[in-house]
Amino acid sequence: MSDPFLVVEDLTVKFPTEDGLVNAVTDLSYTVEQGKTLGIVGESGSGKSVSSMAVLGLHDMRTARITGSIKVGGQEVVGLGESKLRKLRGKEVAMIFQDALAALHPFYKVGSQLAEAYLVHHPKASKREARRKAIEMLDRVGIPQPDRRVDDFPHQFSGGMRQRAMIAMGLINDPKLLIADEPTTALDVTVQAQILDLLQDLQREFNSAVIIITHDLGVIAEMADDILVMYGGRGVEKGPAKEVLTRPQMPYTWGLLSSVPDVHGDTASKLVPIPGNPPSLLDPPTGCAFHPRCAHVDKVPGNKCVTELPPLTAGPTGAGHLNRCHLADPVGVFENEVLPVIAPELLEES
Amino acid sequence: MFAYIVKRLLAGIVVMLLVSLSIFLLFWYGPSEPARAICDTKTSQRCTPAKLEVFTEELGYNNAWYTEFPEYVGGIFTGRDITIASQTTRCDAPCLGLSYKNGKPVWDEMKGRLPATFSVAIGGAFLYLLLGVPLGVAAARRRGTVADKSLVSSFLVLSSVPYYLFALLTFLYFSVLFEAPFIGNPGYVPFTESPSGWVGGLALAWICLGIFGCTQYTRYSRGAMVEALSEDYVRTAKAKGLPQREVVYKHALRAALVPVVTIFGIDFGTLLAGTIFTEKIFDIDGIGLWALLAVGQKDLPIVQATALFAAVALILSNLLVDLLYSVLDPRVRLS
Amino acid sequence: MTDVNHPPHDPENPAVTEGEELSASNEEQKLTFAQLAQTGHAPTELDPDAEPVLSVDNLKMYFPVKSSGLVRRTIGHVQAVDGISFQVPRGGSLGLVGESGCGKSTTGRLITRLYTPTGGSMQFGEKKQDIARMSNRELKPLRRDVQMIFQDPYTSLNPRHTVGAIVGAPLEVHNVVPKNKVLPRVQELLEVVGLNPEHYNRYPNEFSGGQRQRIGIARALTLNPKLLVADEPVSALDVSIQAQVINLLQDLQQEFDIAFLFIAHDLAVVRHFCPEVAVMYLGKIVEIADRESIYNHAHHPYTQALLSAVPDIKQAGQGRRERIRLEGDVPSPINPPSGCRFRTRCPLAQEICAKVEPPLLQIGPRHKVACHFAGEIGRHPATPVTSGLLGVDRQGSPDPAVTPQPVGTNPGYDKQWFDLDSQQMVSA
Repeated sequence: MSDPFLVVEDLTVKFPTEDGLVNAVTDLSYTVEQGKTLGIVGESGSGKSVSSMAVLGLHDMRTARITGSIKVGGQEVVGLGESKLRKLRGKEVAMIFQDALAALHPFYKVGSQLAEAYLVHHPKASKREARRKAIEMLDRVGIPQPDRRVDDFPHQFSGGMRQRAMIAMGLINDPKLLIADEPTTALDVTVQAQILDLLQDLQREFNSAVIIITHDLGVIAEMADDILVMYGGRGVEKGPAKEVLTRPQMPYTWGLLSSVPDVHGDTASKLVPIPGNPPSLLDPPTGCAFHPRCAHVDKVPGNKCVTELPPLTAGPTGAGHLNRCHLADPVGVFENEVLPVIAPELLEES
Repeated sequence: MFAYIVKRLLAGIVVMLLVSLSIFLLFWYGPSEPARAICDTKTSQRCTPAKLEVFTEELGYNNAWYTEFPEYVGGIFTGRDITIASQTTRCDAPCLGLSYKNGKPVWDEMKGRLPATFSVAIGGAFLYLLLGVPLGVAAARRRGTVADKSLVSSFLVLSSVPYYLFALLTFLYFSVLFEAPFIGNPGYVPFTESPSGWVGGLALAWICLGIFGCTQYTRYSRGAMVEALSEDYVRTAKAKGLPQREVVYKHALRAALVPVVTIFGIDFGTLLAGTIFTEKIFDIDGIGLWALLAVGQKDLPIVQATALFAAVALILSNLLVDLLYSVLDPRVRLS
Repeated sequence: MTDVNHPPHDPENPAVTEGEELSASNEEQKLTFAQLAQTGHAPTELDPDAEPVLSVDNLKMYFPVKSSGLVRRTIGHVQAVDGISFQVPRGGSLGLVGESGCGKSTTGRLITRLYTPTGGSMQFGEKKQDIARMSNRELKPLRRDVQMIFQDPYTSLNPRHTVGAIVGAPLEVHNVVPKNKVLPRVQELLEVVGLNPEHYNRYPNEFSGGQRQRIGIARALTLNPKLLVADEPVSALDVSIQAQVINLLQDLQQEFDIAFLFIAHDLAVVRHFCPEVAVMYLGKIVEIADRESIYNHAHHPYTQALLSAVPDIKQAGQGRRERIRLEGDVPSPINPPSGCRFRTRCPLAQEICAKVEPPLLQIGPRHKVACHFAGEIGRHPATPVTSGLLGVDRQGSPDPAVTPQPVGTNPGYDKQWFDLDSQQMVSA
């Protein structure tokens, strides 16, 4: 096992606002290895985007309060100066964003935006080389007639092509880590399939580490090797993708599974919502952040869920699968109580 | 693009016709006697009803407006002969009529006054853009800091002072109280006559317009810039590893300029049409001052001409802004 | 969306936290999992005998495209909706799915008459009045019966109006209750959608996204509509909130016997909510059927591609599944392909597809499909199933030896249908 390329340890990000301090990310730790994909799942406000923007130092340093450690290829990013951060951005770590129409500058040609990304890390390259590189990358991500489309403006591209161009821009400097923040959320499902296929092909080709951030469990199931579930700014479950999605150990993950209809599942399965709303980050709940919405609090003695924050520790199935829950037997509760409600067909099969 | 310009110009001509027609009609159906002014002048203030009737007939006010108006419009293109007090004067194209006050072709006088107005407008606008936009950008980049907050609030106070008061105070301090050298004696001197005199004479007007306009343009461009800096594409630029100044100037500023340019188009047109207070206070013989005088003297042809000029200025500056718009933003297709 | 300057989460309103959440009802006592499971909703069932509340026949909407230049001539039309027919049963729900630009949202706006259709008819209600051609005055009483729920709960509510004013406005516009009865009705509606009725004097920004969508739903319910057009009602919401809103809509449908035209791109949500589904592509319905037929026995290659493109959660840790890949983008609706509109991206396309448009053929008791080579995945026929009916040969050229048969134009389902295996008309 090689050393992980990205090591995040006890990352905490807070933003002061007029209403108080927003605890966007709290004590988050994870690692990503070269050639592997980490999927981060969570809803808006779970801290999934904030934490990955911290990897590139994209937060406003004057206001964001960032503590903990982020090591990219061994280099500490937290507290790193702007000029050193710049060498990292786009070169070692690239990021692709959700809405490519908004994330590409509307006034500049697609090609020149790509060339710009190349030139900033290849100061000796000529403009012609950069343009050639841009065309090559557009071709690589499957844009037809790249030598012609290179001079188009983003609004002249279709949604899928824009996201491809965004990916091309991200990969133009062969980054070792690619962070894809909801890369297909704004896209139609057949285009989403094309983009996910492309991302997977490119990852195999470049052997880069990938973080894919999404709220879509299906996307994460097909893309990720490991999954990190975030809730209220903390990691609440972490482990190999198959483990997390087939034997989840955290009631929030159960809630996600039971509240999202599955097009490939049994047509008769029920939809059980998670009651309530996501927690306030200004004034997070005491104890486990999920306790106000959790239907299993009664199974933990002594009101512990309300008073005590559970640690993120290895669950009953082994060291690779961590959960942040006070339940003594999460696997048993899931298999005996939750599964029969949300996917009875799975039980009948086995 | 060409078709677009032609279309806009055609539309502009229609607007100009409507503007001049409405003023024309005002004199026709308005409560005053339009020939009174000229009658007073020609008779040395001894205008009798009989004489007034002669002038009224001579100036065509007894005819229907729809026979006179085409003649007026025709004169703009071909020139015409105008008879006042049995004296026929050739008025060459572009003929905007003869002044009722001095009987000279309006265009001749306008030609003389245009450079002054252009000088004031262009200089003032240049100054307020030069000050306002960079200040706005700087404030946006430091959003929320003490420097930003104090700039914004002090400019808010400044811009809530009425402009004429601001201009009067400037005049009072620089010209009357301090008698500042070089700029303390405002007035228009043609550039060709004396470049330094031109600068010195107009400096106070420019400073006034510049500072006052700058308070507004700082706020516009700060707002536009704050919005641009929070756009996704600016974050993308940063994530590419671009240096901060490229992120700010190449990516954010270009987007922020679009709304600023829009407001500027309207402002500049208004400036060109004449800055009455500025010209009055700083003693500059421009279009604005002229229009003011003409209204007081009921000098119809001059009022007519200045209104037409204002329309032209607004139409052209708006057209210019739209063209600039399409240069700045490739998504804008002019059609 | 988060960015550097704005911390993520919904900081506009720190006042609303879970404490005073959601409803007066379910926060007071905490549910155990067994109780929570009881609140879970099974997919909506089909009532095959329900009369249609809305019958849409050959509906068309063409938007003119103007030329640039001095004189703006109409140089073409965006055929946003081009001859679609379907029925929505009373108290039932029809799902309308398809990708952006397929015309599903335009269809919703036609039915609420935000647009006036270019052609076709829309018979509504027991009297079967055609709302396609009605003037605004004639429409006014009917507008009470057809209401709309919008996608974006953040922009579809006027921020300067209180929730009471928003929900009560339709009552005043239509003058249905005396002024002093408006507030009680508003409070009743707020309670119905799971909001605290005492919050009627709050403003929309004091509510979270899910709660705002509930306000939008309450507004739509104010006049007891018979038909709700829901255009992407949950796609702007967080996943854990989506299920709450879907369950709420299901409850309301049951309680008030409301029919839904449910427009969404999320195939899984539609499957759960709609016992019947129509799939649109480029302004046409390519397949319409009951849930089981669409999701487990799709016969149109586009429906199949659409379904196979949805990522599968059971694929965890095994990488991308093999799927039907569609290349390229949807063609322009200004100049759609001849014949079958899907043929340019269709893996099955043959000569006939370019020549003859496939009719929407009924192939089962509640299943219609528009494809010359209709069949389940891997079982598409080698020769066109439609040639005999249309009077053309296998290449799509007119065949004098075959007399064309009328292919049903009924917007609903006939008692007889064309059986693909036996190649003849059969009935139940």
